[in-house]
Amino acid sequence: MKKYQSDMVVVDNVMVGPCATLLTLQYPGTLPDMVAGQFAELQVPSAKVLLRRPISIHAIDRDKNLVEFIIQIVGEGTQSLASAKTGDVINVLLPLGNGFGYRSTHVSRPLLIGGGVGVAPLLFLGQDFAEHGIKPTFLFGGRTENLILRKDEFMKYGDLFMTTEDGSAGEKGFVTNHSLLLDNEQFDRIYACGPTPMLKAVARWAMEHEIACEVSLEHKMACGIGACLCCVEDTADQGNVCVCKEGPVFTIDRLKWFN
Amino acid sequence: MVQLNTKIGSLELKNPVMTASGTFGYGTEYADFMDINRLGAIIVKGTTLNPRQGNPYPRMAETPSGMLNAVGLQNKGVDYFVDHIYPEVRKIETNIIVNVSGSCIDDYVQTASIINTLDDIPAIELNISCPNVKQGGMAFGVKPESAAQVVSAVRKAYDKTLIVKLSPNVTDITEIARAVEGAGADSVSLINTMLGMAIDAEKRKPILSTITGGMSGPAVKPVALRMVWQTAKAVKIPVIGLGGICSATDAIEFLLAGASAIQIGTANFIDPSISEKVIDGIADYLQRHNFNSVQDIIGALE
Repeated sequence: MKKYQSDMVVVDNVMVGPCATLLTLQYPGTLPDMVAGQFAELQVPSAKVLLRRPISIHAIDRDKNLVEFIIQIVGEGTQSLASAKTGDVINVLLPLGNGFGYRSTHVSRPLLIGGGVGVAPLLFLGQDFAEHGIKPTFLFGGRTENLILRKDEFMKYGDLFMTTEDGSAGEKGFVTNHSLLLDNEQFDRIYACGPTPMLKAVARWAMEHEIACEVSLEHKMACGIGACLCCVEDTADQGNVCVCKEGPVFTIDRLKWFN
Repeated sequence: MVQLNTKIGSLELKNPVMTASGTFGYGTEYADFMDINRLGAIIVKGTTLNPRQGNPYPRMAETPSGMLNAVGLQNKGVDYFVDHIYPEVRKIETNIIVNVSGSCIDDYVQTASIINTLDDIPAIELNISCPNVKQGGMAFGVKPESAAQVVSAVRKAYDKTLIVKLSPNVTDITEIARAVEGAGADSVSLINTMLGMAIDAEKRKPILSTITGGMSGPAVKPVALRMVWQTAKAVKIPVIGLGGICSATDAIEFLLAGASAIQIGTANFIDPSISEKVIDGIADYLQRHNFNSVQDIIGALE
């Protein structure tokens, strides 16, 4: 898929959680082809920050040529992006990496599992499933209720189940403890994005129940296009590969997490 | 129309802008963002005799105005390069230079002899300055004797343009530069990364899997500029300057300090089309100052 470098204009940037904003950027011209699970490298407005920040594509609007991102504030770079004002210009590289493999697989009962800001790419994915007549199930986990972002948006496309560590919403515990998973016959493929310990727990559950599973990894990156070799993950078939170029989505059989 | 062409030994460059090894992949990674054929040269990723997996993740830490990396020369080895990468990169309409690294002298010699047989690779850059490998790498480049030894051995096996990439992690870089010049190098490029370190105070742990790593980016530019200026005065062979170049103005500063060409490294990660902008910016500068040729500003510091 061809990649583009473009100056995009901030259309909107609003808080959607205690430390997250929804950043909407206008693409100048027709939005390039992109799929759920791909990401963009956003140049940070602050001069204190050198490298771009890799951010998942949260949703797109093909009619208005808009791209949405969830910016979770973790450091100076994301703080600066979260503070961008309407009308500001942000230089963006997109679309980067390989997205979820949902277009080439015959999935009818997808389960989309997200943790924290890892829910971001699952809206794009859920929307795409819905547009193809498939109703996805969402299972999201967070420390507490208000850290589970944009619940209403997800519920437009499918059922949403939750777990929280403090029990403030959904079932108390981690996503892999949710009662939804007691009936493991109801899903034929899992798509997960979130913190690595959650992804590993989901991958282990999927392996034990022989359900195909894809996970989206979040490694620290510099270039985002497979040149610097900083964001590697060890794979069974090719050794160290760049998460930015080979991933960020991997089928779990390629990862060497359990051996 | 200003003349941008320059020479490194017998190697003709259409302009003085090269991309630094390890920051530009094999060139093709950047083809969506710019016309890579416009570059003076592309120096491809460090290549070794045998495949190398590199260091474990995490390999990168951002630092104020810079970054640390600890990639550790991950590459699929010279045979893979010859069979799979060379047929692709030879189609690019610029000089493709291979950065060659090794753990021992014999590794360097064997790799260089294999590259020597490739018609469309007009030069190699001998990496005696990688700080991220346990054996070889920088160890060769921090003493004049060992630097001269490896260069002299490769010189016997390699008959095209031989560039030697120098480490800044030394007391006197001109001493190393003179030693490799004496051993038959056609050019020196400097600087490779500076040895650095980053700590996560909350976790009380080093950020990089290797604890230390190589620092690059705008933060190292003043050091690089000083070393290029010193080295250009100390040797007769052409000097290639690199270290934190992010703009045409940065590049011009290196040319004024005596570099015959420059390389862009970390800036490629920030703006993947920066090298094309630097070429245009140098041309603009020459016009603005009424120079006919880039040669007029090389070493022209007043």
